[in-house]
Amino acid sequence: MTDLTSQAPPREPDPPPESPAAVPETPGRRSRGTASQRRLVWWRFKQHRLAMAGLIVTAGIYVVAVFAGFLAPFSSSTFDPEYTYAPPQRLHVVDRSGGDWDWGLFVHGYRSTVDDETLELTFEPDESQKIDVGLFVKGEEYEILGLIPWDRHLIGPTNPDDPMYLLGGTRTGHDLLSRMIHGTTVSMSIGLVGVAMAFVLGVTLGGISGYVGGRTDLAIQRLVEFFMSVPSIPLWLGLAAALPPEWGPMQRYFAITTILAAIAWTDLARVVRGRFLSLRNEEFVTSARLDGSSRQRVIFRHMMPSFSSHLIASVTLSVPGMILAETSLSFLGLGLQAPVVSWGVLLQDAQNIRAMATAPWLLLPGLCVIVSVLALNFVGDGLRDAADPYKR
Amino acid sequence: MTAPILEVQDLHVRFPVKRGLFGRTVGHVRAVDGVDLAIQPGETLGLVGESGCGKTTLGRSIARIISPTAGLIRYRDAAGDEVDLTTARNRDLRELQRQIRVVFQDPFSSLNPRMTLLQVIGEPLRNHNVATGSELEDRVAGMLSRVGLSPKYLHRYPHAFSGGERQRVNIARALILEPRLVIADEPVSALDVSVRAQILNLLRDLQEELGLTYLFISHDLSVVESVCDRVAVMYLGRMVEVAPTDELYTRPRHPYTEALLSAVPRPDPRLRDAGRRIRLADDLPDPADPPPGCTFHTRCAYAVPGSCDVPGGAPALERTGPGHRAACLRTDDLSLAGIEPDPV
Repeated sequence: MTDLTSQAPPREPDPPPESPAAVPETPGRRSRGTASQRRLVWWRFKQHRLAMAGLIVTAGIYVVAVFAGFLAPFSSSTFDPEYTYAPPQRLHVVDRSGGDWDWGLFVHGYRSTVDDETLELTFEPDESQKIDVGLFVKGEEYEILGLIPWDRHLIGPTNPDDPMYLLGGTRTGHDLLSRMIHGTTVSMSIGLVGVAMAFVLGVTLGGISGYVGGRTDLAIQRLVEFFMSVPSIPLWLGLAAALPPEWGPMQRYFAITTILAAIAWTDLARVVRGRFLSLRNEEFVTSARLDGSSRQRVIFRHMMPSFSSHLIASVTLSVPGMILAETSLSFLGLGLQAPVVSWGVLLQDAQNIRAMATAPWLLLPGLCVIVSVLALNFVGDGLRDAADPYKR
Repeated sequence: MTAPILEVQDLHVRFPVKRGLFGRTVGHVRAVDGVDLAIQPGETLGLVGESGCGKTTLGRSIARIISPTAGLIRYRDAAGDEVDLTTARNRDLRELQRQIRVVFQDPFSSLNPRMTLLQVIGEPLRNHNVATGSELEDRVAGMLSRVGLSPKYLHRYPHAFSGGERQRVNIARALILEPRLVIADEPVSALDVSVRAQILNLLRDLQEELGLTYLFISHDLSVVESVCDRVAVMYLGRMVEVAPTDELYTRPRHPYTEALLSAVPRPDPRLRDAGRRIRLADDLPDPADPPPGCTFHTRCAYAVPGSCDVPGGAPALERTGPGHRAACLRTDDLSLAGIEPDPV
């Protein structure tokens, strides 16, 4: 067949074309061949162990965020000033004080002593005092997803008035565990809401920039560069400080989210624009136009799907940035403010060395931030690697 | 001679060259510079030339992927009515793009990886409201088997196919609207030699079955020789020679064609070193600033100073024999070597 030059006309009958039956019809090949892009991405993603671990952790954190009311033993506003900086209690499973094996969850109460000279309050576990802890106990009322009222808690003291500080108490005598669980809702949702805003802005502006091109592109790109060149922390600080102090927690929450999104959209706009630019000259886009597809159809049916996975990956990667930004703002006291609890607000307590020396458990919210940010980053990395399953 | 299905007259395509901070236009690349071309119904016209000579641009302006700067592209439809593609309105163009279809070079980038064969091949039917639902599926399945792929593959994605199979899909997509003219832009250049012959045979069979006319763009002279009835040679945006295939290969009348032909590999060892190899200087002149006079004189072995490089228009295509036209000032003085027919 290499001798094409000798194949001059008159044309002889051709050998049969590569017959379809020649393709081995193994089940593996069939499933790969008919697998849609989403399925291929999922297969690739599953091979990424770290990303899978990240996905499980992330999913767990969001479950906590959604069912915070149920999972937390107390509400975020319950506190008892008697127990400031109460150390974490040990959760016992079996009571052997009576000599035999007495099964059942319980914690010991506190015996507090006040130092005569420094008036410092110190706590010691009171072995004689036994506080029964139950699963699915009746406690304070809350609403699941803000809709269904309920009063059962996954774990809590059988008598709601007994002190239970599994992860210790805060400066004000709040239960740290409960507050961390409630903080999850705010911290994790601010990432999502903020990124959703940034996504709308970024995709719209980036899309226009990449598809229209020309002067519009130039203008939008300069705008992006301007936003990118502004140092973000001072800008956030300035904007957050400018918020009217009489605003309620909800208004403040949305204002902070908007401020965070105002910076975060630039990266997405860049990604979208770059994708549009590179796709505009792809032959399959040209042929879609030649096939008579309308402009909308070319954009939404032919171009968008080929980078939706990249978009999802970069969105996932920008959620941790949001969480960190909110945490730092709140930590500095300019973000969310009590009574709203977020991890950043909780970390405010850990600002002075004395508090940290006496109550190191106050750093635990920081651990939550680290775990969630790492998990989301792993998911994002895995998605990015899996996003283009056609690349070998 | 019957009326041509497509006639290109004095076609120019220029791309602005922008430089500097504000993107000032400092000149124009003349990708296609005054081309005349006629394609007869039912024939395969080969368009050859080296990289950057404007052959793809010419093909793309006929399909109106790019808009030509000046000139006429006259298309004669089945009823015999003539339409000028350069000035056609968008709505008419959509209809005309049903009749003029393109097969792209790269079988990998020309298929949307997110769409199944059914969606890819059915897309034109859907957009032109020709068929929907199960009728669309039937027609796509029929087209698949016509190009030698099993209809079982309807719901597969392009990534499951080899280059040759993908090119079959491309051909199926081009032909599903039953076009009259197919612009094949290097349809086999990206394929293995063994697959190449199969695709060429497929194109040939489909031409006979469906009465297609091909504009076959290629830089591979052996491929062109095997499929084309006539060949047009382009150099630096201009046509330099047009002739029936046999005539062009055995008796070229333009030094550039001779140089191209001398570079065709001869598989027969007995013919090795039979002809001399003409080596052209590597550099194609800048199409933004073409040399004066005959644009080929900078690389031509036969160029005579004082006549070939005189500023003024480049030589036009002149008739040199039956159906044979060449654009060379010295074509009558030269005896140029073609390819000897293979000894049998």
